[in-house]
Amino acid sequence: MSAQAIAFYILGALAIVCSALTIFSRMIFRSAIYLLFSLISIAGIYFLMEMDFIAALQIMVYVGGIVVLIIFSIFLTHRSGDKLPCALTKRSLIGGIIALSGLALSGWIILRNTFTATNKPAVDLSIRNIGRQMLDYQQHGYVYPFEIISFLILAALIGCIVIAVKDKKE
Amino acid sequence: MEQVPLAHMLILSTILFFIGIYGFFTRRNMITMLMSTELILNSVNINFVAFNRYLYPHQLEGIFFTLFIIAVAASEVSLAVAIIINIYRKFKTIDIEETDTMKY
Amino acid sequence: MNSDIYILLILLLPLLSFLFIGLSGRKLSTGMAVSVGCLTLITTLIFSIAVAFDYFFVKGSVGGVYAPQIVARFEWLRFSPGMSIDLGLIVDPISVMMLLVITCISTMVNIFSIGYMKGEERLKSYYAYLSLFTFSMLGLVLSINIFQMYIFWELVGISSFLLIGFFFNKPSAIAAAKKAFIVTRFADFGFLIGILILGTGAKTFDFLTLIDRLTHPGVALDSLTGSGFLGMSCLTWALILVFMGGAGKSAMFPLHIWLPDAMEGPTPVSALIHAATMVVAGVFLVARLFPIYSISAPEVLQGIAYIGSFTALFSALIACAQTDIKKVLAYSTISQIGFMMFALGVAGWGEGHDEGFTASMFHLFTHAFFKALLFLCAGSVIHAVHSNEMKDMGGLRKSMPITHITFLLACLAIAGIPPFSGFFSKEAILSAAAHGNPPVFYVGLFTSALTSFYMFRLYFSIFWSKPVDAHAHNHEKGQWAMNIPLILLAIGAVLAGLIPFGKYVSATGKAIELPIHVMFSVLPVCLGLGGILVAAFMYKKQNEIPQKVTKLLGNFYEAAYKKFFIDEIYLFLTHKVIFNLIGRPAAWFDRNVVDGMIQRTGSTSVNTSNAIKNLQSGKLQGYTMYFLGGVIVLVVLILIKFL
Repeated sequence: MSAQAIAFYILGALAIVCSALTIFSRMIFRSAIYLLFSLISIAGIYFLMEMDFIAALQIMVYVGGIVVLIIFSIFLTHRSGDKLPCALTKRSLIGGIIALSGLALSGWIILRNTFTATNKPAVDLSIRNIGRQMLDYQQHGYVYPFEIISFLILAALIGCIVIAVKDKKE
Repeated sequence: MEQVPLAHMLILSTILFFIGIYGFFTRRNMITMLMSTELILNSVNINFVAFNRYLYPHQLEGIFFTLFIIAVAASEVSLAVAIIINIYRKFKTIDIEETDTMKY
Repeated sequence: MNSDIYILLILLLPLLSFLFIGLSGRKLSTGMAVSVGCLTLITTLIFSIAVAFDYFFVKGSVGGVYAPQIVARFEWLRFSPGMSIDLGLIVDPISVMMLLVITCISTMVNIFSIGYMKGEERLKSYYAYLSLFTFSMLGLVLSINIFQMYIFWELVGISSFLLIGFFFNKPSAIAAAKKAFIVTRFADFGFLIGILILGTGAKTFDFLTLIDRLTHPGVALDSLTGSGFLGMSCLTWALILVFMGGAGKSAMFPLHIWLPDAMEGPTPVSALIHAATMVVAGVFLVARLFPIYSISAPEVLQGIAYIGSFTALFSALIACAQTDIKKVLAYSTISQIGFMMFALGVAGWGEGHDEGFTASMFHLFTHAFFKALLFLCAGSVIHAVHSNEMKDMGGLRKSMPITHITFLLACLAIAGIPPFSGFFSKEAILSAAAHGNPPVFYVGLFTSALTSFYMFRLYFSIFWSKPVDAHAHNHEKGQWAMNIPLILLAIGAVLAGLIPFGKYVSATGKAIELPIHVMFSVLPVCLGLGGILVAAFMYKKQNEIPQKVTKLLGNFYEAAYKKFFIDEIYLFLTHKVIFNLIGRPAAWFDRNVVDGMIQRTGSTSVNTSNAIKNLQSGKLQGYTMYFLGGVIVLVVLILIKFL
């Protein structure tokens, strides 16, 4: 077993454990920190797959942006030291059944399926190449979805301001 | 990298996905539910990247979709945080069990 | 001078007065309401005198025949090109006569009410109702169309209901109002069916066209007489049903039970509605359709004669035993309407046979005056004594001289003593009956003797009987509003008989002679005088004779006192038979089957929705669970299908 495989299994186990802790921890701040580690492990898996750009983006956006935002909102809505309430028995039971059955179903499908890779030569995964193809407006170009995403982000920006702004009365 | 089979990669993402689902079902706090959503999105990202890397190395589509998902997730989180803060102002709580006025 | 406008005004003024008084609310002062009501009616009285003058002496007579004139007409409801309901006004001898009677009595009653109802809190609504009644009664007599008549017929019923129940805090008044309404409503049901049969057969609702089509051979008459039901032709049935409506309003046996109870209303109302005007609507209806009855269905007319004479006798007997003075007058009214009915019934069509029609109308005319007068006098007495019972009265002749004299005059008139008005009309009726139907004549003769007996029993009980109380003050001083109508009506009651009635009102429109045969008149007049003497003997001084007579008659007196148990029979029929055998099972069926089905449908859907609505819990996690669970189930299904 190569070092890469070992690293993958360690990172995968770390991601799963951290995710589980995120879900089960009753301290919300800790929960956020576990999420942070889980995301970092996933970024590590991207590195292993030689997807450097995605991995960097994962760390920049998720770890640097989203988790910070979440922690920020935790500070706004929680007093430190409060424990989260227990899950409802009914929900944890039914949710557990659904999640496990879904997991079993998906796992069964994945394991019994055989994947066949293409023989075509791999393309260059450099950021330059990715950027060129994304902003290409000819064949295989993604400039149109790119523009839409930029509109989406603009709308989200304005929406956040509109939603979060305080009424004058209050 | 080829020593790790694709199936293991997919199993990892599936486990993450259903952990996220379970968290979404059982967590009563909206922020932790948001975290579960992030886990779900990440597991999907892993799927896209893994398929792109293993099965279709001559293409970049998996990467693009991952990028778009990250962008959508970022805007989604910012909106969700705004909504959660607004709900907190109105209800003085962000417990999902108590903010159930949208019913019959 | 255009009398058409006057006729329209006669009809509209009471309506406007009703709307004005009824809608003005609290802003209007009571005095204002009273003067508006009275002045409107005085105006209509003047107008109707003018119209009557114009019709009878200037315009109406064409070649010696009084023909009906249509004054106004417009199409209201069109069913088919040939058939529509028109609204309009008709002027002919009987409607003009009714105009005079209604406006005259109504005016008197309005003026009388100023004194009688003084201090009453709801005086404004009282006057509004009176105006409404006058309007609907005028509309009834002026209708050109049987359907229009039916509309006003019901309006009259409504205003009668409102006025009987005027003292609505008295349970007996409410019961009486309901009874009157239900009984007449029941009768009107027959009337409506009759109207519909006639309308279907004759293809018209118009009185003149209807009479024309149903008295001359033709398609309409054939279609109605050709088809039959239970052995009688449709025309007969229709006319019987129409008469049933008239019998309900005119309190013919066995639908008379509401009228005595209707005396719960204020006494002036009894005088107006339940003595002079509304109760003769049935007589008027039969008179309006008289050509059809007499030419096409004489057998129905004969039935009317028997019912009329039986009612006359029957209620006269009851009247002899009653102690409530208004009840006596009520039964007397029923009896007199019976006279009018059988007078119509014994009449026939054609020269020499239609004397009864004129006699009936004549009696209607004179009866309106003396019966209204009797009621108003009774009202005056009740106002003074504060009781309806005979035993609380007696010896009032000195304390109420005007009432005493006018009451005496009215009693003489109703007893048929010459030369008072009742004599002429009753003579005419009796002579018509003697020509037309001898058995009815004998019943009428006996009844008229009874009439004078019970009227003078009433008179002596009220004004004599007990010794005069020397210290009694005069009850009438300053009651000008109550005394003037009494005097005016007394003049009418005395003189109305002298009008040569046959010249103006007859079935064909041609003048006929109402002869007074001296030899024929001797018998009825002697019987009338005999009745008076018997009454005087028994009731002038307080003595033991009435008790002895009562004992002698025993059960018969008891039965008459209890009104021959008609009310009890009705109660038995309705409560025991109809309620138990039909009403309760129907109610059970309605409640448990009809309602039950609908309610079960409703409750089922409510329960189902209650069960389902819990799915819509507002819990986000619940929704996602359903969603994901559904997705998994679908995936499993697809896998089973394709793998």
